[in-house]
Amino acid sequence: MSGAVRRCAVGQVGATIAGGLNQAVNIETNQSEGSCVEGVERTAYLGCFGERTQHAMTTSDQAVETHGLRKLYGGKPAVDGIDLMIPKGSIFGLLGPNGAGKTTTVRMLATLARPDGGEARVLGHDLVREAAALRRRIALTGQFASVDEDLSGQENLVLIGRLLGFSRKGARARAEELLEAFGIADAANKQAKSYSGGMRRRLDIASSLVTTPELLFLDEPTTGLDPRSRNQVWDIIRRLTAAGTTVLLTTQYLEEADQLADRIAVIDHGRMIAEGTSTELKASVGAGALHVRLAEPGRREAAQTILEKALGVTVEFDSEPRRLNAMVPDDASAGHALAALADAGIAVSDFSLGQPSLDEVFFALTGHHTETETPVAAEAVSKEAAQ
Amino acid sequence: MSTIEGEKRIAGAAIEKVLDTSVRPDPPGPLANVLTFAWRGLLKIKHMPEQMFDAVITPVMFTVMFTYLFGGALAGSTEAYLQFLLPGILVQTVMFATIYTGFTLNTDLGKGVYDRFRSLPVWRLSPIMGAMVADLQRHTISAIIVFLIGLIMGFRPETGLLGMILVILLLDVFALGFTWIFVTVGLVVRSSSSVMTMSWFFLMPITFGSNIFVDTATMPQWLQTAIAFNPVAHLTTAARGILDGTVDASQIGLALIAPAVLTVIFAPLSLYLYSRKG
Ligand SMILES: Nc1ncnc2c1ncn2[C@@H]1O[C@H](COP(=O)(O)OP(=O)(O)OP(=O)(O)O)[C@@H](O)[C@H]1O
Ligand SMILES: [Mg+2]
Repeated sequence: MSGAVRRCAVGQVGATIAGGLNQAVNIETNQSEGSCVEGVERTAYLGCFGERTQHAMTTSDQAVETHGLRKLYGGKPAVDGIDLMIPKGSIFGLLGPNGAGKTTTVRMLATLARPDGGEARVLGHDLVREAAALRRRIALTGQFASVDEDLSGQENLVLIGRLLGFSRKGARARAEELLEAFGIADAANKQAKSYSGGMRRRLDIASSLVTTPELLFLDEPTTGLDPRSRNQVWDIIRRLTAAGTTVLLTTQYLEEADQLADRIAVIDHGRMIAEGTSTELKASVGAGALHVRLAEPGRREAAQTILEKALGVTVEFDSEPRRLNAMVPDDASAGHALAALADAGIAVSDFSLGQPSLDEVFFALTGHHTETETPVAAEAVSKEAAQ
Repeated sequence: MSTIEGEKRIAGAAIEKVLDTSVRPDPPGPLANVLTFAWRGLLKIKHMPEQMFDAVITPVMFTVMFTYLFGGALAGSTEAYLQFLLPGILVQTVMFATIYTGFTLNTDLGKGVYDRFRSLPVWRLSPIMGAMVADLQRHTISAIIVFLIGLIMGFRPETGLLGMILVILLLDVFALGFTWIFVTVGLVVRSSSSVMTMSWFFLMPITFGSNIFVDTATMPQWLQTAIAFNPVAHLTTAARGILDGTVDASQIGLALIAPAVLTVIFAPLSLYLYSRKG
């Protein structure tokens, strides 16, 4: 069984992943003999969804189950057959570059856009036929601030409370509670347009929690926030599962998905190109991205040979003439590799070992880089303006 | 204007304390939802009272300018002309204000806040209906302001307060009918500036090509015929009649034909367009 699945993964994802996959197996083996087979299987599911969904499509402990979910805009697929399984009570990360189809997926699951194909059950409800019942149990914090900027923070929350059926008094009490917990109490009576980006985002999330939803959609909750505000939002998201809420968040940053999500799906051009836990994903990609800058550009070929030998993975030339990049299987091997360079007398001016960027994940999974250049971004902007 | 910083550290534990999936009040009915959305409209007036100023500045300028510049020539005296003009100015005020319903709806739809409304378990059309109710409140306020300014300038309705209240009600009903056109335009057209342009293109001829400023008796025959079919002229005639105490049922009936027809056509159309959006 594991052999068959593994071949499938290698076949789909391409040769680049094969090296990573083998290392993932090695890591698991090193860590614990007993879980070796399981490790192989779970890793191998990356990029191999067809089989996976066939096995598990019937269980009801899933907050979201989709099969072949599709949405077309002007005849072109924005979401092109996505299979998701999101266990209740977990945080699920949808990772993808601009135009990948994250927002479209979320909007469909939150009953704002009608799917053009595929099946989807959210909290056991059919997306189209049982939309009204579903709306009582979900909440959405959209990509573009879904607060009313002309109203104060307090009024925003009271408005939602009244719409959800709280009495005037009850809605005010609930608003006060939330404002306090989210650190907005001091600015409760100021118009939301005067809030900082971080505060606005927190108000936005608080608006989704006026009644605690069973499933919460957060579309790029930290895009555009400074590091401190981002950390605050991360804190909030981690706490959301305390009451049993399932969270589906979208992001463009691997680090964010890694920090928050129990499982991650990587999507591009409306298709899912990988799915698994953060450990599985990174195992297939490499534990970290090693960037080395040489003192002399002339030694780059020699350095490449030495690094490839020490790391056992492909080492690429950067567009900058003195730099080399590689995905390393584990942190220790990066140390060995740098030592090998020093032994060979190749001077390194600086190096870094960090989380792979989304682009590096993409490259490792698909063999091509993300296309986040201007055309896609421009499209997204004009789309926003048009709505 | 600077943004507010000074944030306290938020404690994760405090957030866990406010989460509880079991607290879930019974959902209110559609009417309650509409009224809540109407309250949202009132809050906007509270935060941006200058909107009301914008809505009445043009009619006030028209009233002052026409009364003192042309009043004597058109009606023999400024007092007599003001008596004639003010009901028409009210009609013009409310007609122009209906554009803003389509305009604000169009801008609102482009923002994330409508996505939130649409993800809530409320009657789908309640945000739109609420916005319309809020606009009626706005029309009522502008009409009251215009009346007050008229009274200061010397306007004296024969039928007094009751007449003025009836005229405001009639204007609201008429505006509601016309608003459906602009709601439809607001849903179909892409940018809010084209909503404005299209609406002006439509409103200019029917407000100026009417009996708002001058008695049609002085106009050429073909124009009189055209104005006889202009719903704005019928509304103006009815409003004048109510304030002078000379109105008859047929005048009011005539004034209400257009809003009734427009509602029958455009209400279902715009509600259909709205529910299909997304
Ligand atoms: N309303 C729409 N009309 C036409 N095309 C659309 C619409 N919404 C999305 N698209 C297209 O569908 C594709 C996916 O868009 P989507 O907004 O889901 O991407 P995303 O992953 O959320 O991107 P971003 O990171 O920029 O938010 C894009 O090519 C986009 O141009
Ligand atoms: Mg998006």
